[in-house]
Amino acid sequence: MTRRRWVPEGTDQDVPNVARVYDCYLGGSHNFAADRELAREAVEMWPDLPLIMRANRAFMRRAVQFLAGEGITRFLDIGSGLPTFGPVHEVARVVQPKARVVYVDIDPVAVQHSRLLVADDPLCAAVEADMRDPAGLLGRPAVAELLRPREPVAALLLAVLHFVTDEESPARIVRELTAALPPGSALALSHGSREGRPDLVEKHEDLYARASAPLTMRTRAQIVALFDGFRLLEPGVVYLPEWRPQDPASVGPHPELFSGLAGVGLKP
Amino acid sequence: MSFLAGGRVDAAAVRFRDSWSRLLRQGHGAAVSPGVLGPLVYRTAELLSRAHGEEPFDPGPAERAGALLVEAQFTDPVVLARAVELLQEWPASDGRGPALTGAFAAGWSAALRDRTLREQEAIRRAVDLARRDAERALYASETRFRAMFERAAIGIGFADLDGKLIAVNGALQEMFAATAEDMRGLNVESLVHPDDSAGVWENYHALVRGEREHFQCDKPYYRRDGEVIWTHLTVSLIRDEQGTPRYQVAMLEDITDQHRLQERLRHQATHDPLTGLPNRTAFFERLEALFDDPGPGARFGLCSLDLDGFKNINDSLGHDAGDQLLGAVADRLHSGVAPLGHLVARLGGDEFAVLMEGSQGPQEGIAVAQRVLGSLAPPFLIGDQQLVVRASMGVVEQPVAATTASAAMRSVDLTLYRAKKEGRGRWTLFDPQRNAVAVSQYAMSVRIPMALDRGEFFLDYQPLCALDDGAMVAVEALVRWRHPELGVLGPDEFITTAEDSGLIIPLGRWVLLHACEQAARWAARFGDAAPRMNVNLAVRQARNAGLIADIDRILRSSDLDPGRLQLEITESAMLGPRDPALQALHELVGMGVSLTVDDFGTGWSNLAYLRDLPVSGLKIDGSFVSELHASGEDPVGWRIIGGMVSLAHSLGLSVTTEGVETAADAQRLRAIGCDCAQGWYYGRPVRPGEITRRIVEATGGTRADGEG
Repeated sequence: MTRRRWVPEGTDQDVPNVARVYDCYLGGSHNFAADRELAREAVEMWPDLPLIMRANRAFMRRAVQFLAGEGITRFLDIGSGLPTFGPVHEVARVVQPKARVVYVDIDPVAVQHSRLLVADDPLCAAVEADMRDPAGLLGRPAVAELLRPREPVAALLLAVLHFVTDEESPARIVRELTAALPPGSALALSHGSREGRPDLVEKHEDLYARASAPLTMRTRAQIVALFDGFRLLEPGVVYLPEWRPQDPASVGPHPELFSGLAGVGLKP
Repeated sequence: MSFLAGGRVDAAAVRFRDSWSRLLRQGHGAAVSPGVLGPLVYRTAELLSRAHGEEPFDPGPAERAGALLVEAQFTDPVVLARAVELLQEWPASDGRGPALTGAFAAGWSAALRDRTLREQEAIRRAVDLARRDAERALYASETRFRAMFERAAIGIGFADLDGKLIAVNGALQEMFAATAEDMRGLNVESLVHPDDSAGVWENYHALVRGEREHFQCDKPYYRRDGEVIWTHLTVSLIRDEQGTPRYQVAMLEDITDQHRLQERLRHQATHDPLTGLPNRTAFFERLEALFDDPGPGARFGLCSLDLDGFKNINDSLGHDAGDQLLGAVADRLHSGVAPLGHLVARLGGDEFAVLMEGSQGPQEGIAVAQRVLGSLAPPFLIGDQQLVVRASMGVVEQPVAATTASAAMRSVDLTLYRAKKEGRGRWTLFDPQRNAVAVSQYAMSVRIPMALDRGEFFLDYQPLCALDDGAMVAVEALVRWRHPELGVLGPDEFITTAEDSGLIIPLGRWVLLHACEQAARWAARFGDAAPRMNVNLAVRQARNAGLIADIDRILRSSDLDPGRLQLEITESAMLGPRDPALQALHELVGMGVSLTVDDFGTGWSNLAYLRDLPVSGLKIDGSFVSELHASGEDPVGWRIIGGMVSLAHSLGLSVTTEGVETAADAQRLRAIGCDCAQGWYYGRPVRPGEITRRIVEATGGTRADGEG
């Protein structure tokens, strides 16, 4: 029997919160002691984590600007967390000054933070929703409004599906979410993989067991399968720095150390 | 350019700029967009160069460079350490190096402190907002629940696990006629009532122990004013987040009215309204229950009682007096026998019964019978009349295992019958030997063929008279059975048996033949003054394939004009539009025989297809007029009859009303437009000779030569 939590999710500062832990890795101060403690332990165990997180952020930047360059002006950032370091709307507007972004997160604190950030921006909104209920998410007025004109939309599922367990079926979630997108829409996705640093996967998962959302890292095949129904763009599903680097030299000799896999697909 | 000191390239400056660029392009810098990073590298290097070379020394640009790094999220202390190193490695001519480095570090730190405070503020604000939203939602939900609690139509009460009431809503206070103060602190365990159903308190205790989540039951409570309310009660357990039981909540729906209605219906279903005694249903329930699970050697007694000559009292003093007498008899029976623990019931009419559970032997049955008869001996004062009433009783006293409920009832009825036959005002004890030859329904049906052979049946005739001039237009043939043991039986007493057994076919044929022969004799003698002959046709006869042939043969052999024969079919048995027997009815009408609907108004009838039946008339059941008598002047009742008459007329049917007992009835019916009447006022069923006499009288003829 599940009981109602009377303390709203994310407002309990004693429980590490995945959005705030992520902010720690990026060197931000949007976090509390419990978040920093978890981040410190994680980095001690896996010193590359801040690098990986930055690489994920950089992937977001490249993917968003690529898609904006392809003419996409609507972005649905699901699991947006605390969009502090280069939020999607700022990145997209370098190319598309009229870009619209709806930030979606399950964590009311992250949502409130995003709201403060975009309070004066009529083209942006922040919405609290649970991606495990795609119909409920798509039914939120701001999301429905983003989809209403049937113009292509880029759905961003960045470093979020590994917080969905196998029982909750990430494949189903992606299928149901993207079914609502018009043709020509895009899916940009990154996901913690079991490859690259298999030695650290389980320890890392164990650490997150005490956080607000547990972690499930997946294989490359599982991650590729999430693009079912999409045409994967070159270079396919690759390690984070390998996806269309601005400077090929920045990839470095060991991209597998970044562990996270990423890709972008187009809906025919 | 500042790094071109004196027009030549300063090698140290170039080295610094290269190292600086490398520093900013690694780590965090790798994630920064090249479009942002390039200008940042250039701008910070430029600021630092200015701080390094400009005269006089100004620490401002170095501070700004530190701040720009933090703005671009270069917050990692490793970056600061490396930057300090690079600055120190870049020698300044006037020894300003440490000051420059210090200014850069101060700018970086101040910006980082600002940024950190800003971000901490932002995140705390977000937490606050989220929490406030949650509180608002909680408050809204709390308000909704409170309103629901306060304004609910059902009573709701919260109590702790010791049973102490903590909160009660308005509806519950109203139900208990008590204020919240009266009820708060009250312990629910004190709210017991003697009619609490078995198990309710066990369920309650299991609930407060956390062994069950909820239970439901119907439970009575005493109100504060002592009244009793009946409630449908639902009690649920409330647990906290850890699943530990904390409170109980009870929801009570006031079902007092339903409960009373149910009790009244149950009482009505099981009690006789006239005497207040248990009725036939209740009596049989108890009797049958006796046989469900008898202990070894268990015995029982059964008395059946019937007032002698009750019909005469009814006839001579009226129904009201009869009813009063029955009530008084019931009182005496009840007060004489009920104290002994026996059940007294009225089975119907003037028939009463006593059930003795767990009797010890025949003498106990006899003792009860004697006591009953003794209690009835003193005269009854009914109105201003002293009535002496005598009764006959049949007594059965047997081991339960020796018989069944229905066999025991048969035995006691036959024993009563014997008591009456042997001279009334006495009891008779059941004698299995004599029971063997006694008559049962089965025996009766078996006897019908023999009775037909022996000529035990005969017909009486009752006049049907035109209301306008009182002329006798028809007679209804009514069959009787002169039973060698039971005396003369009316159709009510054996027709059902005959129908059930199929013997109605030969019996009905006999009736038709003899009625037609009689009608033909009257016709031959009186011509048009002879009455039409009405004969009842049972459904089973109507459905009999041989009906048409039988009637045709009978009409021929009796030489009766078919127009003088009318067959009466009961409404309750009226045929549906697709009934194959309908064909037979049409053929009868084709032969010239007319049809009428009997007992109209008593059964279910679809008026719509009354139209489609080949009938020429209908007879309104006698109960309509007799109920008018019972309820005094009843304009609605008359209007109902009037409505049936006009309905019949609009369908082209003639109407006969049965049960007409007074001149006033006749007058009223005439005014309504009813065509004919039948009943005691116009003549009871009589021997055919009496009908002959009336025809003669009516025609003024002199040929009154007895039975025609």
